[in-house]
Amino acid sequence: MAVVFEKTNMLTETPFHYCPGCTHGIAHRLVAECLQELGVEGNVIGIAPVGCAVFAYNYFNCDMQQAAHGRAPAVATGAKRTNPDKVVFAYQGDGDLASIGTAEIIHAAARGENITVIFINNAIYGMTGGQMAPTTLLGQKSTTSQAGRSVALNGNPIKVCEMLATLDGPSYIARCALSDTANVNKAKKAIKKAFENQIAGKGFAMVELLSSCPTNWGMTPTQAVDFVKEEMTKVFPLGVYKDIDKE
Amino acid sequence: MKVLMKGNEAVAEAAVRGGCRAFFGYPITPQNEIPEYLSRRLPEVGGCFIQAESEVSAINMVYGAAAAGARAMTSSSSPGISLKQEGISYICGAELPCVIVNMVRGGPGLGGIQPAQSDYFQTVKGGGHGDYHMLVYAPNTVQEAVNIMYDAFDKADAYRMPVMILGDGMIGQIMEAVELPPIKDPANFPKKDWATDGTGVGKDRRIVNSLYIEPDVLEEVNHRLFARYDELKKNETRYEEFMCDDAEIVLVAYGTVARIAKSAVSELRAKGIKAGLIRPITLYPFPSEAINAIAAKDCVKSFITTELSMGQMIEDVKLAVNGLKPVDFYGRTGGNVMTPEDLVNYVLNKEDK
Repeated sequence: MAVVFEKTNMLTETPFHYCPGCTHGIAHRLVAECLQELGVEGNVIGIAPVGCAVFAYNYFNCDMQQAAHGRAPAVATGAKRTNPDKVVFAYQGDGDLASIGTAEIIHAAARGENITVIFINNAIYGMTGGQMAPTTLLGQKSTTSQAGRSVALNGNPIKVCEMLATLDGPSYIARCALSDTANVNKAKKAIKKAFENQIAGKGFAMVELLSSCPTNWGMTPTQAVDFVKEEMTKVFPLGVYKDIDKE
Repeated sequence: MKVLMKGNEAVAEAAVRGGCRAFFGYPITPQNEIPEYLSRRLPEVGGCFIQAESEVSAINMVYGAAAAGARAMTSSSSPGISLKQEGISYICGAELPCVIVNMVRGGPGLGGIQPAQSDYFQTVKGGGHGDYHMLVYAPNTVQEAVNIMYDAFDKADAYRMPVMILGDGMIGQIMEAVELPPIKDPANFPKKDWATDGTGVGKDRRIVNSLYIEPDVLEEVNHRLFARYDELKKNETRYEEFMCDDAEIVLVAYGTVARIAKSAVSELRAKGIKAGLIRPITLYPFPSEAINAIAAKDCVKSFITTELSMGQMIEDVKLAVNGLKPVDFYGRTGGNVMTPEDLVNYVLNKEDK
C-alpha cells in the first residue's frame, strides 16, 4: 500500500503536552517537516522559550537549548555566532517575544542575525493560565483584563511583523495563520523560506503564526480557529512584510 | 618578557590565551577596556565579539555560546552584573561553563565609578535566584588577575560552572608589568559530549536546560550541584598567609585592599606590633578552615576584617572564627580607598584602648 503520510523524523516520539485544539502541534510539525525536507538533520540547534512551548526541547529531534523568558534570540545569537555552519532557530510565544523579550528580538533582527525565529501569536499567556498578552485584542477578555482589554488601561496590541519590517537587518518577515488547511500550507512555505534564507546566509528571518488557544479563550477548538481567521487577522493582517529577494 | 599593561587589557589578553573565543558585553565603566580590547583581538584568533543590546542579552548570548560548546565570557561592573543575575542563575542551573569578570564599583544603585568591594554578598551568596554557587576569584595584582583568567576556562570546564573573577576599579585601571603566558591550543581542551553543537539526533541529541518540573528530579539536581561545590572546597580553595606564624592581630582582606593591608602589616611590625594578614584568593570556596586554624592559635588575640564596603566578607570571617576570637571591622566606601596608614592608625588606636 502506498504511504500517503508519515511523521517527520525531526520530531521525537514524545507525545505533545499541548491542549486539544491548540495549534502548537501544527507549528511544531511544520517546522520539523521543513527541517527534514531541507536535509539539515544533524545540523540543527533549537532554542525553546518560556511559555507553553517550554517543553519544545522534548519534541524537536535535534540539539535543544532552553532559554530564559524572552531571551531566546540572544541565546540563539550565542549559539549561531560560535557555530555559524549550523541551522539555529528560536521558537517563541507572544509573551516571550513581544513583551519581556522585545529588546532581544529587535536587536537580533537589527543585527541581521542569521537565525530563524518562529513566533507563535495566540494573543494570550497560555502556560500561566490566560493572562493578557501584548498581542491580546482590544475587548478580548483574559484573567488580567476581565472586562476586556481597554486602550485606556492596557494600550493597543503590539504588531511585531510591522515593527521589525522597518529594520534593515531582516531578510524575511511574514505573518501566517494556522486556521485552516490553505493557511497551514502557506505557513509551511513561509517557514521553509525562513530556513532557506538562513542556510543561504541571507540573515534574520521570522514567521509569525496566528495561533489558537481554546483553553484560555474559553472556546471550542473550531470556535478558536474561527476566531483566529475572523478576528485576529483583522488586527494582525496576513502577508509578507519584508522579503529582500523581492526588493 | 614582561610588558606594561592596564589591568583590564591584561585580563582580556589572558582570556584569549586561556582559550576564550567568544565575548558578549555591554559598555560600563570601569571595565570598558575589556570589550574594547577583545573587539579587535578576538577576530585575530577566529573568535567572535558582539556588543549586546543589554547586559541581560550579553549573559544570555554567553548561555547560548557556552551551551553550544564555546569558551565564552562576559565582563561588566556592578550595576551591569546585577542585570546579569537572571542569566547567571540559568547558567548555574543548566551547568554551563563560562567566565564572568566583575570590575566592582560602588553602590547601591548607580553608585559611583571608583573601586569598591560591595558586591561580595551578591557574588558569593547567590545574587540570582535558587541554590547555587560560582567559583569566585579575587586577584590582588594584575599578574594574579592574568594567571587566574588564563586558567579560568579550564576550571569552568572541569566543574561545568561559571567562574567569576571579582576585581575592582583599581585592578581594572592600574598599569603593572605582567608576564603573559603562551596561548593555549584549543585542540587540547576537553571534549564536551554534553554540548548542543547541533550534531545531536535521536538518542544522541543533547538538551541544555534548567527546568525540572518533578520535585524529586530537581532535588537530585540540587544535590548534584552541591556535591560539586564540596569538590570545589576540597580542591580549589586558595588563600595567602603573610606573617601569621606569630601574629597577635590578624588582618583579613582580599583584592587590592589586601595589598594595602600587607603594607600596613609591615609598618605595624616595624613598630613592634605583631600583625599578620590572611588573604582569601578564592571567595567561594572561602578559606574558612585556614582562618579557623589561625583563630585557634594561642598567640592570636583578634581579627580585623578590612574591606571597601560597609562590612560583607566579615560575616564569613566571623563564621570561620566561630567565636574563638573577636572580629573587628575597618572599611571605606563610596569609592574611597584606605591607605596603609589608615589601617596602622586603626590598629594603634585599638591597641591603646
